[in-house]
Amino acid sequence: MATDVHRPVTPTVTQAVRVEGLSRTFDGRAVIDDLRLDIAPGEFVALLGRSGCGKSTLLRILAGLDRDIKGTALVPRRRAVAFQAPRLMPWKKVWRNVLLGLPGKPERARAERTLDEVGLGHRAGAWPKTLSGGEAQRASLARALVREPDLLLLDEPFGALDALTRIKAQHLVAEVWQRRGCAVLLVTHDVEEAVLLADRVLVMDDGRIAHEQHVGLDRPRDITDPRFAELRAGLLRRLGVDTA
Amino acid sequence: MSISHAPPGSPSPDISGISKSFAPNAEGVSGPDLQPVVPVSSRRARVPRWLRRTSGPLLLLVLWQLLSATGVLTADVLASPERIAQVGRDLISDGSLPSAMGTSLRRVAFGLLFGTVIGTGLALVSGLFRIGEDLVDAPVQMLRTVPFVGLIPLFIIWFGIGEAPKTAIITLGVTFPLYLNVYAGIRGVDTQLIEAGESLGLSRWGLVRHVVLPGALPGALTGLRYSLGVAWLALVFAEQVNADSGIGFLRVQAREFLRTDVIVVCLIVYAFLGLLADFIVRSLERLLLQWRPTFTGR
Repeated sequence: MATDVHRPVTPTVTQAVRVEGLSRTFDGRAVIDDLRLDIAPGEFVALLGRSGCGKSTLLRILAGLDRDIKGTALVPRRRAVAFQAPRLMPWKKVWRNVLLGLPGKPERARAERTLDEVGLGHRAGAWPKTLSGGEAQRASLARALVREPDLLLLDEPFGALDALTRIKAQHLVAEVWQRRGCAVLLVTHDVEEAVLLADRVLVMDDGRIAHEQHVGLDRPRDITDPRFAELRAGLLRRLGVDTA
Repeated sequence: MSISHAPPGSPSPDISGISKSFAPNAEGVSGPDLQPVVPVSSRRARVPRWLRRTSGPLLLLVLWQLLSATGVLTADVLASPERIAQVGRDLISDGSLPSAMGTSLRRVAFGLLFGTVIGTGLALVSGLFRIGEDLVDAPVQMLRTVPFVGLIPLFIIWFGIGEAPKTAIITLGVTFPLYLNVYAGIRGVDTQLIEAGESLGLSRWGLVRHVVLPGALPGALTGLRYSLGVAWLALVFAEQVNADSGIGFLRVQAREFLRTDVIVVCLIVYAFLGLLADFIVRSLERLLLQWRPTFTGR
């Protein structure tokens, strides 16, 4: 297990996420079972796991969308989610979607600034249904970012994108994270994506964190780097896929 | 001594034999019969579509006029188109048709107004609140199965024979389609969007205003369109009973005097008003649902 932490994470009292003894049961079946998880401020954590292992449930709990829980879960007040589907309100233009839910009467310029940040400033006045898949996902990301979150929750945000758009979107997220410095929890089933983006990769199994892997590679990361391939293969083995 | 692989009597080198067999109409090999693919535009008749579509009704009108002129179709069965046009002009110029239309339109407008308020209000109560659903939905669903026209005698006893029972019958007819569609619209809003709204920190009222109501709007407009259809139907029934003004009254009077021409003029007016109402709803949809790419009402 790698212990080399590339980005020094100082053990401060304040954590971006502190979860202890968390359980969530569906009809008597424990999907999350006595789970423990800490995420440091500014840390990028990827959560891997087979489908149905409870990783999306954990994200929904941290987002405050599922409160039928036992145990402790402390999350920042300012947090934002980007879902697998963009989930834009089709009856609101893109910029109104971005500002939706913000307190007070925010100005359009604020939405446009954030849309510019994700390279979508020119589509601010468009209807969501006229956006392409990648554009809609970027709008969804802008909607999360405009809240200036301390914790950004990403639920397989690249899952529905085509291969080329996905690469661009991954770069965008890496860029945004480095600029903003918020903590990120990325739920994904793509091992390569996890190793590419995260400081720390967690593998979830049977409702708890079964494995933890620090990724000490320099950024920007090179997927052809043998160390990258080694990490990737190791994680895949953990997930029950033998590449050898 | 040499061995030749080619048959001794070979008329030409092998290679040309192969290429020849692929050439069309080569000797010994018959290719398929070729026929040109005729472009569809060159076969299509030159008559524009709108003209072809209007020629059907026009032909029917000419036939009608012919039958009337030759006396096959007598005036007390059905008046001739010419006569109907004449009567229509007369009714407009002496002011009886415009005033009847005004009266009827006012009845529909009031019925529609009350029905919209009641239907939408009830749908909001039962759509947005669980307790509202428990209290409101079951009675409304029960009442819905009662044919509203059957209530006319009761309404006359309750409200007399003035404007009130007429407005009430239209209100009743309008209420149910609106209720059903608005309620279904509210309950049909994508739960994923509601969840997204929650995650954005929208309050309960914010969710209703920004997610639920706009999401229910397409359904509500379908309900409105349906309600308008019912409103005209209810008007016909309402004006058949004890009316002393309105299009229905004109029609009832015409029946007494076997004036089929006046009756047809009234029917044309109904059709015209129905088209007008549909146009208004379509304009509303164009305005309110412009976010829908599937929208094709242009």
